[in-house]
Amino acid sequence: MTMKRRTFLKNTFATGVLGVAVGAGLLKPSDVLAAWPESAFAAKSLEDALSGLNAGSASDSGKIKIKAPDIAENGAVVPITVSTDMSGVEKISVLVEQNPQPLAASFDLTSKCDGFISTRIKMGKTSDVVAVVQAGGKSYKAKKTVKVTIGGCGG
Amino acid sequence: MAKNSIKIKAKNKGEKTEVKALIKHNMETGLRKNKKTGEKIPPHFIQEVKCEHNGSVVFTANWGIAVSKNPYLSFKFTGGNKGDTITVSWVDNKGKTDSNSTKVK
Amino acid sequence: MRKLLAKVAVIGIIGAVSGLAIADPETDKANFQNFFKDKFSSTEFQDFANGVYSIDPASRAQWEEIEEFPPYEIAIEEGERLYNTKFKNGKGYASCLENGGMEISHTYPRFDTKKAKVVTLAQEVNACRKANGEKPLKYKKGKMASILAYLAYSSRGKVFDIKIPNAAAEAAYEDGKKFYYARRGQLNMACAHCHVDNSGNRIRADLLSPSLGHTTHFPVYRSKWGGMGTLHRRFAGCNKQVRAKPFKAQSKEYRNLEYFLTYMSNGIEANGPGVRK
Repeated sequence: MTMKRRTFLKNTFATGVLGVAVGAGLLKPSDVLAAWPESAFAAKSLEDALSGLNAGSASDSGKIKIKAPDIAENGAVVPITVSTDMSGVEKISVLVEQNPQPLAASFDLTSKCDGFISTRIKMGKTSDVVAVVQAGGKSYKAKKTVKVTIGGCGG
Repeated sequence: MAKNSIKIKAKNKGEKTEVKALIKHNMETGLRKNKKTGEKIPPHFIQEVKCEHNGSVVFTANWGIAVSKNPYLSFKFTGGNKGDTITVSWVDNKGKTDSNSTKVK
Repeated sequence: MRKLLAKVAVIGIIGAVSGLAIADPETDKANFQNFFKDKFSSTEFQDFANGVYSIDPASRAQWEEIEEFPPYEIAIEEGERLYNTKFKNGKGYASCLENGGMEISHTYPRFDTKKAKVVTLAQEVNACRKANGEKPLKYKKGKMASILAYLAYSSRGKVFDIKIPNAAAEAAYEDGKKFYYARRGQLNMACAHCHVDNSGNRIRADLLSPSLGHTTHFPVYRSKWGGMGTLHRRFAGCNKQVRAKPFKAQSKEYRNLEYFLTYMSNGIEANGPGVRK
């Protein structure tokens, strides 16, 4: 069961079967919850991760609020909340530019959901945290710098 | 299966239902080395978390190695009533799974 | 780092010496608590239980985010399950511990007048296991930490009121106090240097917490550990950080230190288990 599931996920992403179905009007975007975005997670640069999310052309938006500490108490557990009042939000993603693989998490929202997510992420060092919101076929982004320091008591 | 790894809190606040989940999982990045042997500890992390409201998927989280150990997530939605069922299930990169449900308060 | 430490060491002398002045425990406690109340005059007394979060708004905000659904809840649940699992002989922990183990965590450590030594709740847990034919649990983390988390949770909000019943108890208290103010390790520092004299100051990016309220939130989930740990685990870590040889968990040294420190925080409400960085 588990092997089949993994192969299934890989194939749906690779062949774009779901993409075709959506285009033909068979499935509404909000009903289709994307499979795990493998290339986006594997990407080693912010730009490649954004492309992997189909958000390569994301425009800066003042409508995205990022709640994150200015200085993280511990880089292993950084609380992050992303919220927006935009309507029709389908996806909210959190990226850490300086992490070896910038994409940390990507959330798929149905139409019942508020444009709101909260989680805790790992940051390897001081970095911009980039939030990407995808709504109505368009992509938007905002960022906040979060400092990660070395503790003094031996870490 | 092992004891449940998922704790869920689902509460109505006005028109919205707020769901919080805390999951026991190592979220191993695959970048750490075993201090004794020097070998890399293989990655073992949750890839997908599905959240359902009365049996319909309402929210999905796709996670990578940068989500903290013992991960947390929270989201909000409209249309939830007291007593409705919220189910949270996860699948990790080794194919392990777990699932738990709670009622909206 | 060395310059920073040299500054810390020099500043430290005055406070450390005054702490060693001979006085009775009650006077010690009053002096100890007044020192911190004066130094952090805008902190509410009970808030000292929250360590650095009582004196630093930025880290407090992050701690409050994590407290929305703190990782120690996993340990409390695990601890409850372990605590309620019967031993092979059919008996359980509740048969050994006072009040079935509920709402007693804040009354430890205690001075056992018969055995003439400080006894901790962790030791009572293992004594119960031994009496019922079970192997002891390790003292720093794992199952012991989970059980202690469950027991600590049942004492939340209860005020610490550790007693010193006789001369032998006072000797153990004095032993713990001496440990607290004694220099140790390659860095030649005493607990008091960081947590009394330099409380509220920084070593690089770490803010030093005041000693008042230090013990009340244990066991603790530390983000650094990625899991739970006991007070003695933390003592060992701190000793290692000044390059001093750590003592064993539940050693006489650490039990007496725990006795002194918990007594110094009498009047503060128990708030375990806690979450820290």
